[in-house]
Amino acid sequence: MYPVISKTTIAPGISRLEVEAPLIAKKRKPGNFVIVMPVEKGERIPLTIVESDPENGTITLIVQAIGKTTHIINKMEAGDHFIDVVGPLGEPTPIKNVGTVVCVGGGVGTAVIYPMAKALKEAGNRVIGIIGARNREMVILKNEMADCSDELHITTDDGSYGLKGFVTDALAQVIDENKTIQSVYTTGPLPMMKAVAEQTRKFELHTMASLNPIMMDGTGMCGACRVSVGGELKFTCVDGPEFDAHKVNFNELIQRNKTYFNQEKKSLDAYNEKCKTRGANV
Amino acid sequence: MSERKRARNNGKANERVIHLKPPERMKIPRQQPIEKEPDYRVCNFEEVSDGFDVNLASEEALRCLECKDPVCMKACPVNIDIRAFIRLIYKKDYDSAIKKIRESNYLPAICGRVCPQESLCENVCLVGKRNEPLAIGKLERFVADYELKNGNFSPPEIKENKGQKVAVVGAGPGGLTAAADLAIRGYEVTIYEALHEAGGVLKYGIPEFRLPKHIVDAEVDRVKALGVKIETNVIIGRTLTIDELFDEMDFEAVYIGTGAGSPRFMNIPGENLSGVYSASELLTRVNLMKAYKFPEYDTPLKIGNRVAVVGGGDVAMDAARTSARLGPEVVNLFYRRSREEMPARIEEIHHAEEEGIHFHLLTNPVEIFGDENGWVKAIKCQKMELGEPDEEGRRRPVPIDGEYITMDADTVVIAIGQSPNPIIQQTTPGLKTTDWGTIIVDEIGATSREGIFAGGDISRGGATVIEAVSDGKRASRSIDEYLTEKKAVLKT
Ligand SMILES: Cc1cc2nc3c(=O)[nH]c(=O)nc-3n(C[C@H](O)[C@H](O)[C@H](O)COP(=O)(O)OP(=O)(O)OC[C@H]3O[C@@H](n4cnc5c(N)ncnc54)[C@H](O)[C@@H]3O)c2cc1C
Ligand SMILES: Cc1cc2nc3c(=O)[nH]c(=O)nc-3n(C[C@H](O)[C@H](O)[C@H](O)COP(=O)(O)OP(=O)(O)OC[C@H]3O[C@@H](n4cnc5c(N)ncnc54)[C@H](O)[C@@H]3O)c2cc1C
Ligand code: FES
Repeated sequence: MYPVISKTTIAPGISRLEVEAPLIAKKRKPGNFVIVMPVEKGERIPLTIVESDPENGTITLIVQAIGKTTHIINKMEAGDHFIDVVGPLGEPTPIKNVGTVVCVGGGVGTAVIYPMAKALKEAGNRVIGIIGARNREMVILKNEMADCSDELHITTDDGSYGLKGFVTDALAQVIDENKTIQSVYTTGPLPMMKAVAEQTRKFELHTMASLNPIMMDGTGMCGACRVSVGGELKFTCVDGPEFDAHKVNFNELIQRNKTYFNQEKKSLDAYNEKCKTRGANV
Repeated sequence: MSERKRARNNGKANERVIHLKPPERMKIPRQQPIEKEPDYRVCNFEEVSDGFDVNLASEEALRCLECKDPVCMKACPVNIDIRAFIRLIYKKDYDSAIKKIRESNYLPAICGRVCPQESLCENVCLVGKRNEPLAIGKLERFVADYELKNGNFSPPEIKENKGQKVAVVGAGPGGLTAAADLAIRGYEVTIYEALHEAGGVLKYGIPEFRLPKHIVDAEVDRVKALGVKIETNVIIGRTLTIDELFDEMDFEAVYIGTGAGSPRFMNIPGENLSGVYSASELLTRVNLMKAYKFPEYDTPLKIGNRVAVVGGGDVAMDAARTSARLGPEVVNLFYRRSREEMPARIEEIHHAEEEGIHFHLLTNPVEIFGDENGWVKAIKCQKMELGEPDEEGRRRPVPIDGEYITMDADTVVIAIGQSPNPIIQQTTPGLKTTDWGTIIVDEIGATSREGIFAGGDISRGGATVIEAVSDGKRASRSIDEYLTEKKAVLKT
């Protein structure tokens, strides 16, 4: 059992949870993730470890409700518990002082980019942050990102906050103004990461993307998370989750992530129906 | 034991107990287990074989010749005293029969179901020279099930507490056996398991209809009844390292039984299309995550109308038969050699055929085609013929130039084998491995690092449950010797 110590809603449909998992908190490095199963009969899903507190034995997760499992997690409160949490998984982000780096996070991907940006900053890099959201109220981790960025750009699709447009618009400007960028890191929806990769490819700017394929065990035992990187087969859970964005076959991954679209919808609809009739947490 | 005493004991063991004369025994036909009809069973996940009931078991036990020199016992990788337990079945003393088996094998309900007896004990059974061999596996399963049903399990006696701690990595059959054996020897044992449930392949690989999960849980509970702790959700190499187990947690020896779970792919075009699964993924979704009960369980699985399974081993048969139960119109199985070379158990090939799986032999997939949405739509295979035998004596498949077949498929399952999971090897300095990633062990199961032992699929590559059990027992003997010696040295 992995108790939820605290829970806050940080944007509509996005929560931040502090979960007790002492062994994981002790081992976790930036870039690691966990696989969680919130309830009996549930699904195992991957979530980035946003922060960890080895002293108190807790890890912080930020979760956006998109399907049934993430909806269940968003309904959890302090005192509830996950039945299974395993990790830390994946290869940590290689952190070096290279000079100037750009960290691009879109949507809940900001929760994935933040620990990387923080570690890159602590290693002495000059960090340019770019975060994007649909609108003002969906912007997350603004202060945290500001603290670890030398320069922070915020974009919203509707212009209700920061620059109107996509993260790629801000990135174009940043690349234009900074001639010494060494690396770009990006996480977010797959089409966004693909667009970032296309953009930086033109400038031959080294770019790492943290991928989010469908996963199950998270230990290299099923192959659900396989991706093509430079024509080679890679398992995201053990070889990644970060890969050279210019070598990733995004189209294939976008396609694979739609595999269960119909079932996921059915599952979520049934869950919402059940919540409505019971009017409470299910 | 003195010579005289030994002779006397042997004399007793060799006294025939079963009342029939050997020729009469030889005439009794092999009893057939109660099995569900294929038409019924392909619609659900219920266990296919109900095994023997008391009558069938009693009748079958009569067929044992009670050989003076039981060759079956020698052929069993853990040397179960088969003759003794069959005599006990004959006497209807089922409690003693199961105790007898447990002395050598702590997982009888499992091994009775999934061991390839036809190539081990039953292969050498003398009854089989003239008639069909004794159904040893079915009898083992019968007494294990009898004990379960009647709830009269009592854990074996535990030796004095040795006060030394041993860690076991992986709760597959090998790890469970090593843990049980070490606990009986008086060690304090903790098993660390990466998944959220114990059982290894028994839980996530072998399907419910061959090995019901409540049976695995019951056997796991019996391991726990010996005082063994099982910590799930701990990946050694990630959550904790082997060196931490030694240096920070006071474990004095470690057994690695992490299996060979990493799926291999064919590296052919189209393998990453939607609708292409590794057998491991398909089976784990169904067995461990219960996708066949979606949406009651949250994990989905999508099986189309035309399933193509690639491979010829137990895993391929399980993948094909599992798919068949999820409602497709047809399940085609492609294997690059002929039926004689199929590594799957005969019983499973037979069950698969009964359940309507179409075998396409001497065909090897070379490409998978997708539709405009990136979903599988067909599989192209090259026809093969058998050439010269390879090192293992199996005839090598050779492609026939220019001969291809293409078949429609909307689901493809790749079941061509698994490799060892590399996490532990990568995070344990000094642990020697082969080029294939298996951990190297010597004849007592010791690895290149002091205090670390290994066995089962992680050292053999893909093998069998009973070999993992046998390795677990060997390692527990070696660990006992190692720790006893270590303690003695410390005292002096
Ligand atoms: C390494 C890694 C780290 C991640 N970190 C976070 C995180 O910190 N916070 C967070 O909110 N999410 C994170 N994700 C994504 C998260 O795992 C998915 O949102 C989750 O699996 C969806 O489960 P569900 O049952 O709620 O939705 P489902 O019903 O399974 O899916 C709903 C919809 O989401 C899409 N989807 C399914 N799986 C994923 C996926 N893995 N990524 C993106 N979309 C998906 C499907 O196409 C579907 O349309 C991460 C994913 C990976 C692989
Ligand atoms: C589908 C299928 C069908 C089969 N059918 C048969 C059959 O009918 N008869 C037969 O005899 N054999 C069969 N086999 C083979 C047999 O199951 C294996 O040989 C046997 O299970 C090996 O046992 P093991 O204890 O070595 O490892 P496994 O059963 O593989 O167990 C290893 C365990 O270790 C865990 N683990 C892995 N890495 C770590 C880590 N780093 N930290 C912690 N835990 C870890 C895994 O999660 C797993 O639970 C089959 C195999 C498969 C896949
Ligand atoms: S999630 Fe199963 S191999 Fe990566």
